[in-house]
Amino acid sequence: MMGLGKTTMRRLHGVMFKLPYMITCEAFEDFILAYLDDELSPKQKFVFEMHLKLCRECREYLRAYRAAIQLAKDGDEQIHPLQDVPEDLIKAVIDASRR
Amino acid sequence: MKNQKDSPGTEPSSNQGLSSVDLQDDKSTEKFVRDNVLWMLKTARRILGDDGLAEDAVQTAFGSIFRGLASFQGRSSLKTWMYRIVVNEALMQLRKRERRREWSIDELLPVFDDNGCRIEQDWASFETPEILLQRSETKEVVSELIGQLPENYRIVLLLRDIEEMSTAEVAEVLELSEANVKVRLHRARAALKKLLEPLLRGEQL
Repeated sequence: MMGLGKTTMRRLHGVMFKLPYMITCEAFEDFILAYLDDELSPKQKFVFEMHLKLCRECREYLRAYRAAIQLAKDGDEQIHPLQDVPEDLIKAVIDASRR
Repeated sequence: MKNQKDSPGTEPSSNQGLSSVDLQDDKSTEKFVRDNVLWMLKTARRILGDDGLAEDAVQTAFGSIFRGLASFQGRSSLKTWMYRIVVNEALMQLRKRERRREWSIDELLPVFDDNGCRIEQDWASFETPEILLQRSETKEVVSELIGQLPENYRIVLLLRDIEEMSTAEVAEVLELSEANVKVRLHRARAALKKLLEPLLRGEQL
């Protein structure tokens, strides 16, 4: 398929994704969350993974989507190290509770 | 909470029954505050990105908790109820502050053509999170970009992906349906992916 323009490729995909067991990228998008949470039925998972095999755009999209989740999780742990117990705050809270 | 990495006191104490908090008893009150102050601060800091504001939010939240304990109905767990108070207090503080640069969600969602095919810019290069996290500035950039997500979406991403609460817990804390939490979470992740693209493509920021 080398040499075909992106628009032509998308048109071909547009036709192909209407075949049985095929979904469009837009439908694929709606399944991503359930796929990552392992909540798809075996048939849905098959259809999802079939699309993933055939569609480079969605493959690359999903890779970046997963990377974003990982960066959010791992990046955050480093930027928010555990604090020492904030004695001043504890005192202020307890004092206020006595009023 | 799935996160087992933190030491005691940084996660809500789920077995902290009401009977064990006696506001007439100073020792009991102090224990209750000590058991909960760190996770509350951590949550508030994630939302506010500022230590001082987080402390203010937590102090006010404790006030609301003490006032509400007597009439707490137990319709949700104590932990979820406390989470809701802290999150709401932090969000109130956030709204009081000067507006930060915030995108509209529609600008950040994926784009499809008339056939439902994804329009995605070519990925000539891709930097893995592992490589990116070795650089000292990455966490700061990620944190800044999370801060640019629209609030309704950012809060779901913070609670679900970073605090690692379940969908059901997030739904209870934010008083949304689980379906709504899922939609917002997916959109928040998709939007963050869009904002992180230059970083993931190895481009200069």
